[in-house]
Amino acid sequence: MKFGIVVFPGSNCDHDCLHVVTDVLGHEGFFLWHKERGLRGADCLILPGGFSYGDYLRSGAMAACSPIMDSVKAFAAKGGLVIGICNGFQILQEARLLPGVLMRNQTLKFICRDVFVRVERNDTPFTSAIRQNEVLRIPIAHMDGNFFTDKKQLDRLNEDRRILFRYCDEDGRIDEDSNPNGSMEAVAGVLNEKGNVCGLMPHPERCSESLLRNRDGIKIFESIVTWAQKR
Amino acid sequence: MREDTPITPQIIEEHGLTEEEYRHIEEVLGRTPNITELGIFSVMWSEHCSYKSSRIYLKQFPTTGQRVLQGPGENAGIIDIGDGIAVAFKMESHNHPSFIEPYQGAATGVGGILRDIFTMGARPIANMNSLRFGAPAHPRTRYLVKGVVAGIGGYGNTMGIPTVGGEVAFDPCYNGNILVNAFTLGVMDAKRIYLGKASGVGNPVIYVGSKTGRDGIHGATMASDVFGEGGEERRPTVQVGDPFTEKLLLEACLELMATDAIVGIQDMGAAGFTCSTFEMADRAGSGMTVDLEKVPTREEGMTPYEIMLSESQERMLLVAKQGREDEVRRIFEKWDLDVAVVGRVTDDGRVRIMSKGRCVVDIPVAPIVHEAPVYERPWAEPSWQREVQKLDLASVPIPGDFNEAFLKLISTPNVAKKSWVWEQYDHMVMTNTVVTPGADAAVLRLKDSKKGIAISTDCNSRYCYLDPYAGAALAVAEAARNLSCVGAEPMAITDCLNFGNPEKPEIMWQFRQAVAGISEACRKFDTPVTGGNVSFYNETKGEAIYPTPTIGMVGLLEDVNQHCTPWWKEEGDVIILLGNGEPDLGGSEYLASIQGRVAGRPPQVDFEHEKAVQNAVRTCIRRGLVRSAHDISDGGIAVALAECSLTRPSGVIGASVTLSDDLRPDVLLFGECGARIIVSTTPANAQAVIAIARELGAPAKEIGKVGGRMLAINNFVSIAVAELHQRWTEALPKMMGET
Repeated sequence: MKFGIVVFPGSNCDHDCLHVVTDVLGHEGFFLWHKERGLRGADCLILPGGFSYGDYLRSGAMAACSPIMDSVKAFAAKGGLVIGICNGFQILQEARLLPGVLMRNQTLKFICRDVFVRVERNDTPFTSAIRQNEVLRIPIAHMDGNFFTDKKQLDRLNEDRRILFRYCDEDGRIDEDSNPNGSMEAVAGVLNEKGNVCGLMPHPERCSESLLRNRDGIKIFESIVTWAQKR
Repeated sequence: MREDTPITPQIIEEHGLTEEEYRHIEEVLGRTPNITELGIFSVMWSEHCSYKSSRIYLKQFPTTGQRVLQGPGENAGIIDIGDGIAVAFKMESHNHPSFIEPYQGAATGVGGILRDIFTMGARPIANMNSLRFGAPAHPRTRYLVKGVVAGIGGYGNTMGIPTVGGEVAFDPCYNGNILVNAFTLGVMDAKRIYLGKASGVGNPVIYVGSKTGRDGIHGATMASDVFGEGGEERRPTVQVGDPFTEKLLLEACLELMATDAIVGIQDMGAAGFTCSTFEMADRAGSGMTVDLEKVPTREEGMTPYEIMLSESQERMLLVAKQGREDEVRRIFEKWDLDVAVVGRVTDDGRVRIMSKGRCVVDIPVAPIVHEAPVYERPWAEPSWQREVQKLDLASVPIPGDFNEAFLKLISTPNVAKKSWVWEQYDHMVMTNTVVTPGADAAVLRLKDSKKGIAISTDCNSRYCYLDPYAGAALAVAEAARNLSCVGAEPMAITDCLNFGNPEKPEIMWQFRQAVAGISEACRKFDTPVTGGNVSFYNETKGEAIYPTPTIGMVGLLEDVNQHCTPWWKEEGDVIILLGNGEPDLGGSEYLASIQGRVAGRPPQVDFEHEKAVQNAVRTCIRRGLVRSAHDISDGGIAVALAECSLTRPSGVIGASVTLSDDLRPDVLLFGECGARIIVSTTPANAQAVIAIARELGAPAKEIGKVGGRMLAINNFVSIAVAELHQRWTEALPKMMGET
């Protein structure tokens, strides 16, 4: 399977994602420079974390206008798999491929630590190899991860079961103490309407190897591979 | 500063130059300098750039060794770690700017040290830092902590370089002068080292990165002066960082370095354009002609004086091979960065700066670089030194309740959990951080190799105040011990020597003693000094900081899988104490924070004992015989045991320990000394650990067992680890006013 990793100026988890899909999972992976338009036959696009354009205007706002984003949108419209991690999630929102906004963390501080997320459904390309309601330990590292949307949109997201990950405690309970950034309904990750575009704040690529003491993240990449291979 | 500003005694003084130094300038030039030239001399001969007070002492440092590829004098030191891989690393201070404007001061400190590393051709993979703030209750402390931590995070996080550890400490001596020492390590191909050399007559001199603005003019001069009242007024001399541009600069430089178009490259840091032109020409024995009209500037009408002295960030000067200009241009334009050919290398040993067709600076290179004044300043042991070393134990009351004293100690900001700080740093990006902050040292894997790198920054400045020689030697010993506790072999150090005003004899004495202590310790541990910096004038209103020679030490793990962490692993494991140093309350954290006294003699380093203990722990880790290892430092054995319980990521776990109690209980529990390490192991391996340690000359004995919900030490201490955990965890957020 071929993973195309989109590199914007200021992306900084691009190499980490490439390492996981190639060295850890043994698949093909390559970088796609944001000024390109071709996707070189990628089966799945990863928009990695980082600080595209320094987050200077608003996280993800400028990257969403990069030339490659037209191709990303066309790819998504045809059902191609797209996953945005952290800053990638913010970019997908700014590009209107995903709902909601990610505001500044409630603490107004950057937060880097392990959190727990509950997998809300496993009939998606991004969670197909994970048990329903399974709790993953997975690190976050962001300043703007406080998910917000209006009531109507939120109701729709719930009805359509498009909230894919929620922050929770070790046992899967959702409460205020285990919500690191103040996200509405503890949202950590969402899907688009068709279910082929996913955005999440936690970093699965950072917990995909035993040397780093945690392999929970690899399950998300394995899900993508399993799903793609079934087609 | 107008170009026709006359050179008056007042102007000379304002540039921080003495009369004698000025006469020397006239001699070098054979005429009166113009204002731009005076500005250039003033920064090149500032304490910050010329090391005029420290140079004669720094020669004592051991700087060579089998692994050393590049010692002091370049942008960073480089050591060979085998398999064709080298690591470049350095630590630098950004104290003065951080006190004036904490966010930008700290951020640009990180930016500067990062550039020093990638200038050498290395990709930075880890940041560390060493921070000192004033008393927790001082009105400015919270503001400074908040700003500095956010600034360090803001820069490193954006760059995508993890900040993997460091140290934070509080003491009233830093009320008027905080310390921000930033460390970066990068990895490189051992055969592709780039140096700051302008060689090859006719080669183009190319300016890349951000545009030059009016910020930071005279930053180096500011860093070479003491603070009086109203230091805040100097805010305009603090630069503003742009980590996004630096990230682009990093990627563009590394992309260019993968070609062979570059002859030499240097960061424009302190005294920006001035230092880079003169130093690059000097290293190659060449000269340079530069046209300021070609320099990309942020605003119209900047004078030559302003361009030469600006400290705008995120800029580099490089010399490329003639004919390769387009290649350089293509790469920097791809990354949307400014790139301009601003001059050519010459062979006449002079730097000539042109502006509007006129030569505005014409200075011979060698004299300005090598004839900078060197001072052997007077030194004298402070009159109070012997007095503060006196400590009569009988005058120290024994607490009635050790549990209470222990809880108090664990919740002092110096001992408490520092996650409030390091959770604001992205410490995981690049996915190499095998041992994360909060352990004895950080451990990083190298993706293309089996090897791992460990890093520790250390200094106990209270020890250095009480005895600068012993304190500095102990800082080296502790750094080596920390590396040993994660399983790494110490390789080399970089240092940041933070002191008061060198024009005072007692400060100079502290400096001499500390340099001698570091030199001896580095010889004993075989860890050469590969670079660093000196920061003098850390004084406000005549009050100097404690001498603070911070050590950044780098170690090697041949197999990164064989690393160790400080926390207990399993119930029933056996706890063993390596080393039999005798603890003492002199200079201890307990005496300072619980008894309110800074007195006594700090521990003296017993090098043979220390090396044996460190060798023993490394050997046991390599052979997979120990499950945890943690050094005993601030707060004594009681705090160290607590940390083994409290740092455990999967939930706290207790321990029951019995120590031979031939000492006073407060000394036994909270006293400090070097060369002590706590390890835990399975019952089956306990005898093997003890036997190996003794064979290697390190005393070892079983002192207890892991398990339960209490931490119990003899019949002095018995506290639920959950309570310890709560107090230890909430202390720093409380101090910051968040709970």
